[in-house]
Amino acid sequence: MSVETEIRFKLNGSEVHLKVPVTMKVLQMLRDKLGMTGTKYACGEGECGACTIKVDGSTINSCLMYAVDCDGREIVTIEGLRSPEGLNPMQQAFVDHGAIQCGFCMPGMIMQADYLVESNTGLTREQAQRGLEGNLCRCTGYTKVLDAVASVVEKKKCHVR
Amino acid sequence: MQNITSYLAPRRMDEALRAMADGNATVLCGGTDLAPQTESGARPYKALLLNIRRLEGIGGIETTAAAVRIGSLTTISEIRRNAALATIAPVLVEAAEHFASDQIRNAASLGGNLCNASPAGDMSPPLLVLGASVELASWRDGAVQTRRMPLEQFFVSPGKTAKLPQELLTAVVFDRPATDFVGRFRKSGPRPALEISTVSLALGARFAAGKLSNVRVAMGSVAPTPLRARHVESALEGKKLDSATIAAAVAATAEDAKPIDDVRASAWYRGHLARVFVEEVLESVRGN
Ligand SMILES: Cc1cc2nc3c(=O)[nH]c(=O)nc-3n(C[C@@H](O)[C@@H](O)[C@H](O)COP(=O)(O)OP(=O)(O)OC[C@H]3O[C@@H](n4cnc5c(N)ncnc54)[C@H](O)[C@@H]3O)c2cc1C
Ligand code: FES
Ligand code: FES
Repeated sequence: MSVETEIRFKLNGSEVHLKVPVTMKVLQMLRDKLGMTGTKYACGEGECGACTIKVDGSTINSCLMYAVDCDGREIVTIEGLRSPEGLNPMQQAFVDHGAIQCGFCMPGMIMQADYLVESNTGLTREQAQRGLEGNLCRCTGYTKVLDAVASVVEKKKCHVR
Repeated sequence: MQNITSYLAPRRMDEALRAMADGNATVLCGGTDLAPQTESGARPYKALLLNIRRLEGIGGIETTAAAVRIGSLTTISEIRRNAALATIAPVLVEAAEHFASDQIRNAASLGGNLCNASPAGDMSPPLLVLGASVELASWRDGAVQTRRMPLEQFFVSPGKTAKLPQELLTAVVFDRPATDFVGRFRKSGPRPALEISTVSLALGARFAAGKLSNVRVAMGSVAPTPLRARHVESALEGKKLDSATIAAAVAATAEDAKPIDDVRASAWYRGHLARVFVEEVLESVRGN
């Protein structure tokens, strides 16, 4: 048994206060301790991006991040993208473009795609492609994913005008 | 397996250094190396797990007219996006550009990359050609003590550095490169992203009137540690950058690059890549 420590952080807007073993990773905390299974466990080694979440606004692989390091931070998972009005624009675009096949990589893919358009409003297709390099899709549906991302970028541009 | 007895995430440097003064602490930064190494059982934890990400004063990138100082907590993403570095030391930014994936770059720290001491660590070749030193701090005789060490002396063997167990890497420092400094970085792996370098190479030199001087060439994944390619350097130092000089430098590559066969590539292929990269970076400088 490794020692435990108490942490407090914001998860999808709500305060969370819990005790975690100090070597536990954020992915296991989310799935096994908090029952939030939207974030997926695939490689467990930082290679596939299925476990992507946002920490203080930046995406990271939750399979590599220590849960103790959540203390004082703001975490957003795929469960937190949806608003009361419905799916977030990136989620909706993935549905509309048929970008989802088996769906396993999608929570991570959508988190990363959402982060990319949030941090770069003029995101080009090449930049989207590079930004998604850390997200693997076994169903290899990358073209429709890029179409979905491009549609969100387009919509955001119209909004600004 | 795990014998961790305590966990700390201090804000103050003296507090962190005191806690690790007995050398029995595992330092945690972004965790991108530590997590896989401990999960696989390749590396045991020590008694104290010391999270350094809350420490004040060892993050951020500072540039002055004379020098550049990059705090060890600085992430690869921060290096990649830093406007000052893009003009002063583009060779480092280029290496950050080709590092892993966005998600890893957002978590991975510069200090962690150097302390992990992988022969394939991508921050090492560019920092070696920039003539960088590391700053190491520890708690001794009731006070914080710091020392500086040239990065070249820092790497001992795969996974091993000259840092003592009670020392923390606090920053990387280098003199601001001269205005005629040219830098180049090349990295190769089976696919462009998320790839541990099969071979990496950096060149840094002053280039004026067609001649190279203060030449530094560094390679990764061709020896147990990232290294300076002294033979290639002396083939270039003070020379006019023409075809004969480039050919001499390519020929000297085998004197420096002593790669091994492993799962990622054969020794022959690595040696070949090193020669190709030497030629490519020199042609690129000449073509400018
Ligand atoms: C999928 C994947 C792809 C990768 N691709 C690349 C790549 O393309 N290029 C590359 O170079 N690397 C790559 N890496 C490795 C890279 O992520 C790490 O080397 C990273 O930079 C380490 O930083 P960290 O903050 O995550 O360190 P941690 O994992 O927290 O620590 C790394 C080591 O350094 C020690 N340490 C950390 N900071 C300090 C300090 N300030 N003082 C003393 N000791 C310290 C820790 O105890 C540990 O031993 C990859 C890793 C993964 C998982
Ligand atoms: S499960 Fe985290 S990157 Fe694959
Ligand atoms: S949709 Fe099946 S893995 Fe991507």
